[in-house]
Amino acid sequence: MGIFSSILKRSRRRSPWVYVLNAGSCNGCDIEIGAVLSPRYDLEQIGALRQGSPKHADILLITGPLTLRSAEAVRSIYAQIPEPKAVVAVGSCPATGNVFAGSPTVEGGVLNAVPVDVFVPGCPPRPQAILAGVQEAARLLAEGKTGRKQEAPHD
Amino acid sequence: MINGIAQGLTAYFVWPGLLVSALLGWLFLWLSRKLVARMQRRFGPPFYQPFFDFVKLLGKRSLVPAGMSPLLYYGLPLAAVISITLVLAVLPLPGGVRASFTGDLILVLYLMEMPAFCDVLAGFASRSIYGQVGASREAALILGYSLPFIASVSALAIQAGSFRLEDVLAQPFSAVHVLAGLAFVLAVPARLKSNPFSIPNAEQEIVAGPHVEYNGPALALFELAHALEFVAVASLFALLFVPRLPSAGLTLLAYLGAALLLVVLTSLLAAATARLQIHRAFRFYWTWGALAAAACVVVAVIF
Repeated sequence: MGIFSSILKRSRRRSPWVYVLNAGSCNGCDIEIGAVLSPRYDLEQIGALRQGSPKHADILLITGPLTLRSAEAVRSIYAQIPEPKAVVAVGSCPATGNVFAGSPTVEGGVLNAVPVDVFVPGCPPRPQAILAGVQEAARLLAEGKTGRKQEAPHD
Repeated sequence: MINGIAQGLTAYFVWPGLLVSALLGWLFLWLSRKLVARMQRRFGPPFYQPFFDFVKLLGKRSLVPAGMSPLLYYGLPLAAVISITLVLAVLPLPGGVRASFTGDLILVLYLMEMPAFCDVLAGFASRSIYGQVGASREAALILGYSLPFIASVSALAIQAGSFRLEDVLAQPFSAVHVLAGLAFVLAVPARLKSNPFSIPNAEQEIVAGPHVEYNGPALALFELAHALEFVAVASLFALLFVPRLPSAGLTLLAYLGAALLLVVLTSLLAAATARLQIHRAFRFYWTWGALAAAACVVVAVIF
């Protein structure tokens, strides 16, 4: 069992499949995620693949401030990802609400809906930063340290 | 008797069955992904990638979709893996068992359809609209590529006058082999669901096709079946259309070369083309595929 669990740990680090979810984002971060998948930054070199179904994914990439209309979908899609899973919040919006903070139509940060493991700050963040965020989430997956509830960030 | 059983088990689980073919299949999958990545000027996945993907999926918790029987959920991918491994065990590759019997070529043809058939059933059983669309596309695609695929193998059987693999392989290399080989190659990209014919699992349109509700170990088994199918198609191609050399080692090397050539060709095609619509793929196979099928069967009957 020892050998299998160490191989499994390594596999989780080396094969993080991602599912990209827009929770009311302005599209800026989604374009940067597109750049991460492009030849220049190539997400596949760390073994990651973009999956169309949340059931195939390990890492949920969330962009946007969690609008009221998207909140239910975000909770449902998070529940559909089989354990173990990690969440990467891409951009400033999922962390704090950014320029949408205080709006009556947003919940102000995805922490209200799902436990976030890695925040990638920026408006939008650079593709290198998103790549590093996915890698960090994969490391947390391998160590089994994902899914903890975190304090809401201070402003 | 005991010896025979041991030989059969070795052929099924080690060579040319499960173990070696899984490793070879992962090598082919990696090579294909790496080649496509390099042609798109990306770096591509590291060497161990398909193995890591498989182990990771095995280690995930399973969610059986609501309304689907667990027996179907786990049984279908298991049936796909078991039947495609049986194909590999029956093929008379150098070092495998030499237990050829009348009609084993028909058995091979039937069992090779099993993974695709399980895919179709899995898609319909998943109760997901995307799975059902993917399953119906796959069913239509099977009707398309089966025409040149079965005709090319049948042409060799007609020439040999027997559906026994040993008799078919004993035939000298001829024009029928060239034509049938072309028809076989025509069917390969659709069999492997690689790019111009990646219609059933079209990711940008229907999420993930028949496998949309599959996750964890069951998905890992489907991925394994796909890797094994890759090896089965490549070995059948090598076995039927590469002339056998005097020594077993050289023959094996020639077979490996032919298999790698097939991988490179499908990857080139996959990187160079966009996905076709299902009716265009169907039309392609029922014009050019039918033409190739008719040509090789006619030549086999005449000569």
